[in-house]
Amino acid sequence: MNPPIELQVREVLASQPVQDGALLPLLHAIQERLGHVPPEAVPVLAEYLNLSRAEVHGVVSYYHFFRTTPPGRHVVQVCRAEACQARGAESLMAHAEKALGCAVHATRADGAVTLEPVYCLGLCASSPAIQIDDKLHARMTPARFDQLTKGLL
Amino acid sequence: MSAAVRVFVPRDSAALAVGADEVAAALQAEAARRGLSIEIVRNGSRGLFWLETLVEVATPAGRVAYGPVMPEDVPSLLDAGLLSGGAHPLHQGLTEAIPFLARQERLSFRRMGVTDPLSLADYEALEGWAGLRAALALDGATIVQQVLDSGLRGRGGAAFPTGIKWKTVLAAEASQKYIACNADEGDSGSYADRMVMEGDPYMLIEGMVIAGLAVGATRGYVYIRSEYPQAIAVMNEAIARATAAGFLGENVCGSGRAFTLEVRKGAGSYVCGEETAMLESLEGKRGVVRAKPPLPAIEGLFGKPTVINNVLSFAAVPLVLSRGPAFYRDYGVGRSRGTLPFQLAGNIKQGGLVEKAFGLSLRELLIDFGGGTASGRPIKAVQVGGPLGSYLPESQWDLPLDYEAYAAAGAVLGHGGIVVHDDTADMAKLARYAMEFCAIESCGKCTPCRIGSTRGVEVIDRIRGNQNREQQVTLLRDLCDTMTHGSLCAMGGMTPFPVLSALNHYPQDFGLAESEAAKP
Repeated sequence: MNPPIELQVREVLASQPVQDGALLPLLHAIQERLGHVPPEAVPVLAEYLNLSRAEVHGVVSYYHFFRTTPPGRHVVQVCRAEACQARGAESLMAHAEKALGCAVHATRADGAVTLEPVYCLGLCASSPAIQIDDKLHARMTPARFDQLTKGLL
Repeated sequence: MSAAVRVFVPRDSAALAVGADEVAAALQAEAARRGLSIEIVRNGSRGLFWLETLVEVATPAGRVAYGPVMPEDVPSLLDAGLLSGGAHPLHQGLTEAIPFLARQERLSFRRMGVTDPLSLADYEALEGWAGLRAALALDGATIVQQVLDSGLRGRGGAAFPTGIKWKTVLAAEASQKYIACNADEGDSGSYADRMVMEGDPYMLIEGMVIAGLAVGATRGYVYIRSEYPQAIAVMNEAIARATAAGFLGENVCGSGRAFTLEVRKGAGSYVCGEETAMLESLEGKRGVVRAKPPLPAIEGLFGKPTVINNVLSFAAVPLVLSRGPAFYRDYGVGRSRGTLPFQLAGNIKQGGLVEKAFGLSLRELLIDFGGGTASGRPIKAVQVGGPLGSYLPESQWDLPLDYEAYAAAGAVLGHGGIVVHDDTADMAKLARYAMEFCAIESCGKCTPCRIGSTRGVEVIDRIRGNQNREQQVTLLRDLCDTMTHGSLCAMGGMTPFPVLSALNHYPQDFGLAESEAAKP
């Protein structure tokens, strides 16, 4: 069994160097360890950095990258930005929703996969692009999407 | 036994995304099976992305290219004599002779794809650290003067003279100064910063150390967006190696001068590409834009004088120092000096990086380099300069690509990203998307951007749905005027560029008569 969340957060904080402007690096470290930034982390961080809870919460909620609930077992991100739109990103997103049985910004009921939009993966000359967990894929087609994601469900 | 043949397989994200690792693994396995001796080098990308995975083989005549290579092509490539540059349907000839590459003027990108990005020996062999060594012999004011004389302007988009910014920081009195590199490359259509960080990271490090020497700053940060994990990993490794080799740290190249460098990871906020929002983020706060003044050059990171430049600005600096400002200044036109790494993207047949001196036309980029659309359909609109840049119709493709000519036409060069759309594009929908993007990414500090963007989506929806269309068009123009003049930063201030250019040049997509075109 995992130790309580608060303890895990404290372990992460203890493992990180003391530095200027530490909040973002610490949030990244927490999300890397726990998969998300749980609400229980906010008071711990606030105390550790001598900030108010509101300030910490404000930062967590400001940035798109930080999640406050656990994602599905796999995360599929489909780029929605212009260069990908020019190569069919919109229909690819519609296909992804259907194929994964999951709306954008949502996690499938069985927790298998979370589908998210992303605004530019920097693969704009090989669009449309997606990311599945840590792996990038470019020149995406619906058929190739199905091939890549069939093992996730 | 003959020496191993060097085979290059890029490790750039755009190559990895089309299977470069699998190609490298297939080459290794198939060569071993056949008893062939090869040495696989994981280089950066040449930036010819339609040819990725671009495999190169070192031959006595030079490097020979094959692409786009898929893992399953490997056996037939080896059958065809890949290792001696043999003929094959994927054979592209000598890499340097491929017209897309041969016609470029690669200054900052001259090592790109040629070297192993993390090899200090490769870097040093191709003019690496020459600019830093030159700078170490100069005082700060002389370095600043050289950057001023080069005519280099901020490549992040605002085109502010880099030397002036440095001069201000040099003149500021402070116990601590900082160098901050803006690597929050969020513009769709842009990937040049990513390529530098993944493909030639020491160049960025060298440029930042020179900036530190110039203004008397001892600490630097590279703020990289979280969407670029590969760039973050390569930069971290490059910083570690450069520090171990004495190019960074307490005693740069034995000069007694200190400069330490650290990567900071963004967290998915587009507006953090705005320099003051980036500073807030580096300080561990919400990425909310600061009002200026004070300028970051006077009160920047943690309230101290800070040089903030884009990756490409720092990347241009080593060459300015090593070859002299005149060398760099002699490229370009008017007040746009040097080169810009243009990035062809979207619906384009030959998408990739084109570094050229300012002054060529968009048409040359789209047709001569890009080869038209990937879909084979006519080009309808080209967005230059990222999501806050204007859509340019064909009538504007012959303008010279320089900052002033574009500004005069109501457009921007921005960071050099060029996104091509074919004739299936719905420009009203793209205008709506621009407003929607602004609504998603607005930091919320100023009203025209925070609320105007949401109202903009609604107004465009009513125009598209033909509800009081004429009236709503007037309202949209009025709203854009408010956003342009009332927003604190470029996010709200420039969202009207794509919206109004779409409306002015493609009125039919908004359900208006052609005669509505190019109204003020």
